[in-house]
Amino acid sequence: MDSLQVFEVLTAIDVLLLLLVVIVAAAVVSVPSLFSATMLAGIYSLLMALLWVSMAAMDVAFTEAAVGAGISTVLLLGTIAITGRNEKKHPDLHWPGLLAVTLTGAALIYGTVDMPSYGDPRGFHKDTRSGYANKVNLYTAPEYIAQTVPKVGEEIHTENQFHEHVPNLVTAVLASYRSFDTMFEAAVIFTAGAVMILLLRRREEGDSPSEEAMP
Amino acid sequence: MMTTQILVIAAFVILFSTGLVLIRAFAGPTVFDRILAVNLIGTKTVIFLTLLGTIGGRSGYLDIALLYALLNYIGTIAILKLVQYRRLN
Repeated sequence: MDSLQVFEVLTAIDVLLLLLVVIVAAAVVSVPSLFSATMLAGIYSLLMALLWVSMAAMDVAFTEAAVGAGISTVLLLGTIAITGRNEKKHPDLHWPGLLAVTLTGAALIYGTVDMPSYGDPRGFHKDTRSGYANKVNLYTAPEYIAQTVPKVGEEIHTENQFHEHVPNLVTAVLASYRSFDTMFEAAVIFTAGAVMILLLRRREEGDSPSEEAMP
Repeated sequence: MMTTQILVIAAFVILFSTGLVLIRAFAGPTVFDRILAVNLIGTKTVIFLTLLGTIGGRSGYLDIALLYALLNYIGTIAILKLVQYRRLN
């Protein structure tokens, strides 16, 4: 098989996996038994992990398998053990909610129109009328690859935008290309951790009168 | 040449059997059917990863597959323990 055939086979596998993912997601929403829904959510995570692997995103696949299929299944089962096994009767269709979800989804899909097609090494150059060109694989990626640490005896790239302060590809991407993303991720994790400490801390004597009421 | 084609056929067979296991996961009827379905799909993930790595020519997938096998094992043990004793400790 040449590489084009391999690419076609991998695309067919991706399509089949996505189909399975959609079926499982619909089943998670529709089954009345919460235990089945939890198990199906675990299956969903495993299938998503396969998709990430097929996109060569190993780190994301690991996180998906460990957190999605591992920890959150156990946490959800623990919640079921404390609360109840069956779903409460839910109200009829919530039209404003459906509208909001549909609009958000449509906006997200509209956003993907500007992205280069998956795996295209030339990047993307579509909207010449407005002069906007998103050539991420042609222009942005090589710039960050140029920030890598030079081998011993090799010339340092002096033409980089960090003036040799960040001679590493990953640091350059995280500190420049995704700096705000990284900063607010850190803020979100810090807030979540602080809130969990506040909620779950051991209370001192006389601090909380209803110690036994806590589950 | 021939080997890759056999591996591709094997990958599609694995995907098909994943669909069959999904039917068991939907239908149930007992808790253990569903746990077994999750465990089986985890095992299929491991096999599928090795197949995908061999077809695409990436040997690094094997390490990932080994780690998935470990995760799958631990996860199933945790779920079964939780179902039997209703708590984790």
